[in-house]
Amino acid sequence: MSPLLDVRNLRVTFATDGGPVTAVHDVSFAVQPGEVLAIVGESGSGKSVSLLSVLGLVDRRRTTVEGQATFRGEPLLGLPERALRRIRGRDIALISQDPMTALTPVHRIGAQIAEQIRAHERVGRSKARDRAVALLRDVNIPMPERAVDRYPHELSGGMRQRAVIAMALSCNPALLVADEPTTALDTTVQAQVLDLLRRLSAEHGSSVVLITHDMGVVAEMATRVAVMYAGRIVETGTVAEVFDDPWHPYTWGLLDSIPPLTGPRPRRLPSIAGMPPPPGRTEPGCPFAPRCRAAMPVCLRPPPEQVAGGHRALCVLDAPARAALRPPRVAA
Amino acid sequence: MTAAPLIEARALTREFVLRRSWLPGRAQMLRAVDRVDLAVHKGETLGLVGESGSGKSTLGRCLTRLLETTDGAVVFDGQDVTHLGARGLRPFRQAVQMIFQDPSSSLNPRRRVGDILSEPLAVHGIRSPRDIPVRLRELMDLVGLPASALDRFPHEFSGGQRQRIGIARALAMEPRLIVADEPVSALDVSVQAQVVNLFADLRERLSLTYLFIAHDLGVVRQVSTRVAIMYLGSIVETGETDTVFDAPAHPYTEALLSAIPVPVADPAARRRRILLKGEIPNAANPPSGCKFVTRCPYAQDLCRAQRPALRPLVDGRLVACHFPRAGTAA
Repeated sequence: MSPLLDVRNLRVTFATDGGPVTAVHDVSFAVQPGEVLAIVGESGSGKSVSLLSVLGLVDRRRTTVEGQATFRGEPLLGLPERALRRIRGRDIALISQDPMTALTPVHRIGAQIAEQIRAHERVGRSKARDRAVALLRDVNIPMPERAVDRYPHELSGGMRQRAVIAMALSCNPALLVADEPTTALDTTVQAQVLDLLRRLSAEHGSSVVLITHDMGVVAEMATRVAVMYAGRIVETGTVAEVFDDPWHPYTWGLLDSIPPLTGPRPRRLPSIAGMPPPPGRTEPGCPFAPRCRAAMPVCLRPPPEQVAGGHRALCVLDAPARAALRPPRVAA
Repeated sequence: MTAAPLIEARALTREFVLRRSWLPGRAQMLRAVDRVDLAVHKGETLGLVGESGSGKSTLGRCLTRLLETTDGAVVFDGQDVTHLGARGLRPFRQAVQMIFQDPSSSLNPRRRVGDILSEPLAVHGIRSPRDIPVRLRELMDLVGLPASALDRFPHEFSGGQRQRIGIARALAMEPRLIVADEPVSALDVSVQAQVVNLFADLRERLSLTYLFIAHDLGVVRQVSTRVAIMYLGSIVETGETDTVFDAPAHPYTEALLSAIPVPVADPAARRRRILLKGEIPNAANPPSGCKFVTRCPYAQDLCRAQRPALRPLVDGRLVACHFPRAGTAA
C-alpha cells in the first residue's frame, strides 16, 4: 500500500535575529492509510514544526522548508497557498491544543461548522446546518440542536474541543493531524476525547498523526510511534517495539521518568540529567550525547542507524550493547 | 496518626461572589471550598488532587492566607491564624511558603537571582547582612544550581532551573511548611522527574512538611505519604497513598485513576477504563445529594437524596460515599 503522507529528508530552518536556526533535521516518516502515527517529544523537539511546515502553516517569509513531502503521491511542498488551502480542511484536517485557534469567538458554533462544509462542498445553508447538528451529536455534545446556536465561550474546554473535532471531521478528511489535542483538558475529559478520536477515526477510516508529549497517550492511541529529540527522529517503530524494547537511551529516559501508578514506588525517579540543547546547535555528533548515560567518544560523530524491519534508532548501541546497559524490564 | 497536625483546615469554606445584589441573600455565590476538614501532619507530604474547578488551589491559598476564608478556621501549629492581622501573621508568613506552577510570575525579571533571594533574608532579619552571601551559596547548593547562578537574571534559565530558583526563594525563609501548587506541571517529563526528586531530597534534608497540590496522579503518588482527592469543593477520599491508589474507595477516585493513559503497549496491563458521563457540574449550582451523583456509574436513590459525610473505613482512610468500592471488608 502506498503511504497517504510521505515525508522525506525534511529540514526546516527559521530566520531569526540571531541568524538561521534549524529546528528540524533530516526527518522522514510515512503515514499509511488507516493508521495512527504518534510523534512524541518534549517542547522544542520539532514535533509540531515537522507537521505544520509540511501543511504550509509556518510563516513562509521566515522559514525555509527543504526535502520532499507528498500527499496521495502529489507533492505538497512548494504548492501555492490557494492549492494548499483546498487540501487543508477537506483532505487534511488539523486539531490543535487550543480549540480557540480554530474557532472564532464572534460566530455561533453551528455557523462555523456550516461555513467549513460550504467552503469545500456545494451544499445549501439549511443542509449544512443539519450536517452540523449531526456532527455535534456524533462527538457526544449534549442537545446538539441547541448547541449549534451557542457561541464558543458558552461551552466548556472539553465541549469546545469536541466542536473542533466535529469541524475537522465535517469533510471526511483522509488525514487528521492532532497536535496535543487533549493537553489542556482534565484527565476524565481527556479520556472521553481520546475515546471519541479513536472511534471516529476508525469509523471514517481516517489516518491520524498524533503529536504529543505524553507516552501514555501514545500507547493508548497509536499503531506506530516516532520519538523526536532536538529536531531529529531518534527512534521509530510500532508501539509494541518501542515500548517493550526501546533502543535509544533517550526513549529509555522518557519511559523511565514517568512516575508509575502501580507497583513499588522508587525512592527516586530515574531522570535524564541536564536539558535539551539550544535549537541553534550545529555540532555533528549525537544531540543526546551530553545527557546520555551510555555516551562514548564515538558519539561525537554522527550516529549510525540501527535497523530491524520497521524498528529504527539513531544510535551507536547495537543489541548486545543495549542489553548490557538496560536489561529488559519485567512487566509489573 | 502519630505526628501532630502542623496545619489544619477546620470546616473551611470559601465563597466567591458571582453576581452582586442589593437584596440581602439574593447575590449569586460560588462555594469553591465547602466546609473542608483537612490536616497536614509534621513531616508528611499530603498530595491534594483534583481536576480544574475542584477547589484545590483555593483551599491551598486559604491555608496560606493568600485568600481570606469565608467561614471556618485555619489552625497552624495549634494557633488559630484565620483572622490574624499583618503584624500577628509575620511568624506565619515566614513559616509557610508557597511555590507556584509558573515561577516566572514570582521572580522579578529585572533583578539578579542573588538579589531576589537576599531581600527576604534581610527583611525578615533571618540572617545578618554579613552571613547572607554564605547562605545564598548554601541555597544554590540545596537546589542543585551553581553559585554562578546568583549573578544571572531569571530569563537566562530554563523552566526547570527557574523552578529551582522558586524553590530556593521559598527555602530562604527557612519554612516549616511548603504549599506547592502544581509545581512540576509546566515542565517536560525528563525535567519533571529531576524536580520531583528534588522535593523528596529536601524533605529529608530539611525535615519539611509539604502540601503538594497537583492534578497529575503519577507525580502525586511518587511524592506523597498521604493523599486527599477533591471534587466540587469537597474532599471525597483521603488516606495513605498506597491504600488509596491500590484500591480506590470513592467512585470518582476509581474513575480518575482509570482515566490516566498508561505508557505500556500491552492493553491487558491497563486498568479497566471507567468513562465518566459528562463533565464537572457548575460549582455555582452543585447537584443536591452527593455532588458526584450526576456522573457516578453506581448512583442510587440514596445518593440523590442525601449527601454522604466523610467517614472512616476499616482500613483507616476516610471516604464520602454511601457505597464505597473498597476498604469495607475487615
